[in-house]
Amino acid sequence: MTADIARIPPPVPEGVRTALGLTPSGPHYFFYRHRAWVRAAHWINALCLAILLMSGLNIFNAHPALYWGSGSNFDHPALMLGAYADEFGMTTQGVTVIGGHQFDTTGVLGASRIDGQLVARGFPSWATLPGPNWLAMARQWHFAFAWLLVFNAALFVAYGLWSRHFARDLAPTRRDIAHLPREIADHARLKFPHGESAKRYNVLQKLAYCLVIFVLGPLIVMTGLAMSPTMDSAFPILPWLFGGRQSARTIHFLCAFSFFGFFIVHIVMVMLSGSWNNLRSMITGWYVIRGTRHD
Amino acid sequence: MIDRRTLLGRVLAGASTTLLAGCYDLAEKPWFTGLLSQVEGLTREAQHLFAGPHTLAKEFTKADIAPVFRANGTLDPGTPEYKAHEASGFRDWRVTVSGLVDHPLSLSMDRIRAMPQRTQITRHDCVEGWSCIGEWSGPQLALILAAASPKANARYAMFYCADPMTAEGDPTHMYYESLELSEAVHPQTILAHRLNGKTLDVAHGAPVRLRAERQLGYKQPKYLQRIVLVDSLDGIGGGKGGYWEDQGYTWYGGI
Repeated sequence: MTADIARIPPPVPEGVRTALGLTPSGPHYFFYRHRAWVRAAHWINALCLAILLMSGLNIFNAHPALYWGSGSNFDHPALMLGAYADEFGMTTQGVTVIGGHQFDTTGVLGASRIDGQLVARGFPSWATLPGPNWLAMARQWHFAFAWLLVFNAALFVAYGLWSRHFARDLAPTRRDIAHLPREIADHARLKFPHGESAKRYNVLQKLAYCLVIFVLGPLIVMTGLAMSPTMDSAFPILPWLFGGRQSARTIHFLCAFSFFGFFIVHIVMVMLSGSWNNLRSMITGWYVIRGTRHD
Repeated sequence: MIDRRTLLGRVLAGASTTLLAGCYDLAEKPWFTGLLSQVEGLTREAQHLFAGPHTLAKEFTKADIAPVFRANGTLDPGTPEYKAHEASGFRDWRVTVSGLVDHPLSLSMDRIRAMPQRTQITRHDCVEGWSCIGEWSGPQLALILAAASPKANARYAMFYCADPMTAEGDPTHMYYESLELSEAVHPQTILAHRLNGKTLDVAHGAPVRLRAERQLGYKQPKYLQRIVLVDSLDGIGGGKGGYWEDQGYTWYGGI
């Protein structure tokens, strides 16, 4: 008898259940949150962005400096990842230079270890695809997955407009905007919508997704194309728009890290608002809502 | 439930490691590299569609010229033959045009300088990512090819150069490149023998180099000696159409 009682697990507090992304102990039901085409587009996108970022860092390592304007002003880079060597040519220090200010970033940027040996390279091998500095292969990966990303994005946007997914689920409403200060305060206190309100994107989500889909996405594709001399001959407006090919390359880099920043915030938000519930809904479509169904 | 979460963590960690390892493995698989080269074809066709044969690269003003034009790749061919040419001021240097042409040519530098000249201030884009603006002068390749009368089946222009690509100076590994005929006869494709108003120096490809302004730097060979029109890239060098292409770079160099 006593042994049986000992086997009953202690109740998990509801806050912990949510944080762990467990199914609530109270009444709940499954809600179909993401349709199949959204889920497919999401995961193709995730794969493309991961490969594009890592192959992009490998490409960057071929000339780890950024400039402003049409040409490269080698003496005044906007950003440079460099290295110092001793009199025997052994790399001793990695540095990051931003607008003339130098920071020691040994081990990560400018110089990092390969098989225990410190070598001069912009981004470390664990962050690049392929791992070794291999410009030819990195370019092939980058362009292949850039095509896939653009095809995927074009289908997503076309279907999102046609199915009214954007109009219904993504466009912020007047009520959303009015709730903006409240939403920011709630997010800052890590209070996330539950129950019925979790069926819709909140205004911060809507704004973040719209920014990524309609601003950052087109910007990174256009700045990428502006680096192609043949595209520049076909569309001289491309490099002009961004202040020159080297500026376009710098903006491309900033966009890539904005995507990375979005990714980090996205992952943190997914975890804070229930990892498993969010992940399951993006894989199977089904999301657990606490409470009883009202519709 | 906890098990599920632990499992999830392991699956995610495992997936990312496997994904990376998988990517490295994929890069070695012929079917995958084959797929990647199909993408090169897609990029080439798409860019042809947008750019066509006639769009011009932007031409800049003298104020835009870089104070120092970066020299890249071979900085001095260094062979005895090249040193002899350099010592004589490239008096006996020849650029020959042969292959699928009706009238093979052998042009001296005097002859190249005597032809109608085109001067263009353009942006040089290196595959590494940097750019430099410089002023180039020389005759249009289109004029030279017209004088040689290409045969109907000529598809590519091969460019053979005087710089060996191995430390030992192995004569079987000299720099070479190729362009589609349409790109070779583009109005901004010139045999440049002047840079920024001065005779081309050794580091930048003396006495004459190719400029193809819609292409990346590696498609614009220096120390140019022979132009050969062919109908296929097969069986030439490593069969990929150029020195860097044989090392894995894409043949299409417009992006």
